Amino acid sequence: MFARKDKLFGFLLVLPSIIAVGIFVYGFIAWSVRVSFSDWKGLTPDYTFAGLRNYFNLFVDPRFHVDVRNTVIFTVVFVLGALAIGLSLAILLDQRLPGEAFFRSLFLFPMAISFIVTGVVWRWLMNPALSADRLSGFNLLFHNLGLDFLINQWHLTPNYGMAAIALPAIWQMSGYTMALYLGGLRAVPEELREAARVDGASEFQIYRRIILPLLWPVTLSAVIILGHISLKVFDLIIAVAGKQLPLDVPSIYMWQTTFDGLFYGRGASIGILLLISVAVLIIPYLYYSLRSEGEE
Amino acid sequence: MSRKKSLTLQILSFALMAAVLLAACAPAGGEESEVEVFSWWTGGGEAAGLDAMIEVFKEKNPNIEFVNSAVAGGAGTNARAVLATRLSQNEPPDSWQGHAGQELIGTYVKDEKIEPLNFLYEEEGWLDVMPKTLIPLISDGGDIYSVPVNIHRANVIWSNTQVLADNGISIPTSLDGWFEAMDALQAAGVTPLAMGEQWTAMHLFETILLASLGPDTYNGLWDGSTDWGSPDVLSALETFAKTLSYTNSDASSLSWQDASQLVVDGSAAFNVMGDWAQGFFQELGKEPNTDYGWAPVPGTSGNFQFLSDSFVLAVGAPHRDASIEWLKVAGSKDGQDAFNPVKGSIPARSDGDVSLYNVYLQSAMDDWASNTVVGSLTHGVVANDSWKSEIDTALGLYLQNKDVNAFQAALVAACVSSGPCQ
Repeated sequence: MFARKDKLFGFLLVLPSIIAVGIFVYGFIAWSVRVSFSDWKGLTPDYTFAGLRNYFNLFVDPRFHVDVRNTVIFTVVFVLGALAIGLSLAILLDQRLPGEAFFRSLFLFPMAISFIVTGVVWRWLMNPALSADRLSGFNLLFHNLGLDFLINQWHLTPNYGMAAIALPAIWQMSGYTMALYLGGLRAVPEELREAARVDGASEFQIYRRIILPLLWPVTLSAVIILGHISLKVFDLIIAVAGKQLPLDVPSIYMWQTTFDGLFYGRGASIGILLLISVAVLIIPYLYYSLRSEGEE
Repeated sequence: MSRKKSLTLQILSFALMAAVLLAACAPAGGEESEVEVFSWWTGGGEAAGLDAMIEVFKEKNPNIEFVNSAVAGGAGTNARAVLATRLSQNEPPDSWQGHAGQELIGTYVKDEKIEPLNFLYEEEGWLDVMPKTLIPLISDGGDIYSVPVNIHRANVIWSNTQVLADNGISIPTSLDGWFEAMDALQAAGVTPLAMGEQWTAMHLFETILLASLGPDTYNGLWDGSTDWGSPDVLSALETFAKTLSYTNSDASSLSWQDASQLVVDGSAAFNVMGDWAQGFFQELGKEPNTDYGWAPVPGTSGNFQFLSDSFVLAVGAPHRDASIEWLKVAGSKDGQDAFNPVKGSIPARSDGDVSLYNVYLQSAMDDWASNTVVGSLTHGVVANDSWKSEIDTALGLYLQNKDVNAFQAALVAACVSSGPCQ
């Protein structure tokens, strides 16, 4: 009797959240889907059914092509960079050197900063001015060190400027990736390493043949977490480079076309495509991790 | 104990929910003797100018309480979002600020959110004191929809007086002369033309369109009588392409202030920017005519490419009479002469008190009274928001791929999808 009452009370306590999430997440997703199938343009809602027209138009929209290409470049550079640096830092820290706790916090700190702050700082660091009197940030550093051949236009580099935008993101998130890997490394039983050493394996072989394969689930989690961040990237680009087409991504297009251009139908369909792309990444992961949790 | 605790919790959580609900449904009170004016003027010269105009309003209407509903942030982006929400709930402010022209008309007239103001123009005699060529640009189908308070000029070229003198160049008046001058500057190792982020490229683009097409053909672009696919437009686009070749390589990483500052700092010779740049130069402590010079963009003299902040009358305004009183002040000589010297712009009326304005603004007032007035694209006069955003995308793609023919095709498509072309 008492337990049932507790259950009811527990349910009542979470009910507001359930209602709020139901309305503000799932209700609005449904509403966005409806808008994405409409011709709504301008301030007055117009739900005239337009079928998949907005989606078809996006597939032939040269701006959307730029967006997709940029997202791919950003994702590849960001995810690979963060994984590589995160793993290297984790392996270094795992050597149980003095000052480990200090460095662990040090590498993790960038994550406590918002992308806007990171972006503003890196906007200055990656100043793309080339003329000698206006060099600043990294380019000025390169110049003073006599490394003039390294001076470059960063995010204004034609066609591949998006790769430069990934640098601050790598800086910010590789510490987090390191923490994930460090957790994984600490979970590898010491006996495995010892057994391998007894068998005459070199340290490199231990990492290559034993530890890295054991870290595979960590890598998968990291790819998914970093991947969905990069699909949704928005604030970092705005802070580093503002709104400009060479560095356009779907979320910026969505914002501009909806609120500057009043193309609500088109904006909603970009939003839905973004949702689908993130869902493709997240849902199998959730399924996998919920199932394995259930088994435990 | 546990029951008591859970009861307290229950009460607390219900109280919290009730508070949230109450806050959401708080009634918006309204009295007869007030006027609510909505704007995004919350800082700097704009807010000071608005305050000065509010003082004029209070003197003339001591019985009406002025409610200043200014929303800060994002050059009006936030304010417009708030306004859109209020309008969709049919809770309009009595009057609000917007860029004069199609930005207001395209968005609010179509949805019947603002009233025509022809009666006010006739009663107050504004048709006699505002330039004849201005009226069609702020009208739709013969109805005038807003009261312009201030005027800014878009087609201004700023130059560094010293850099020009060192290279033996005077401010050019024709496009050909400009290109010759910029060739000479480039050869001398000076950046000829400073440009900033993408919207400043659009700003440059509209002045080049005006310079190559002339005012009539340029106006025709926006009412559908000039064909965007014509050879004339193509040659204007090629002229724009040539102009871009003289700009700094890091343009898209600079704000308009950064770009304008390159000129007064002597790193670049020219910059095309609206006349708000002049206020910025003053802040930097630069002297007009000795440190920097100005002229209409080459090929556009005799034309005044304008943009303007204006106020409208809401359909279903809660205090319609008070709102009309506000608009009368906004269009009056007293109101405009209070606002503009502080904001750093010129009055929309041609009878402003010249002695209140600085040397640049005086020259702009002369031109405003005598020139042909054409509208700005970047600043909302000639194209509605949707059309402008499609042009912006076309321009952005062009800046990336430099394909003039694709640019023209995209401009034609933009006019069909969101402009008057069918």
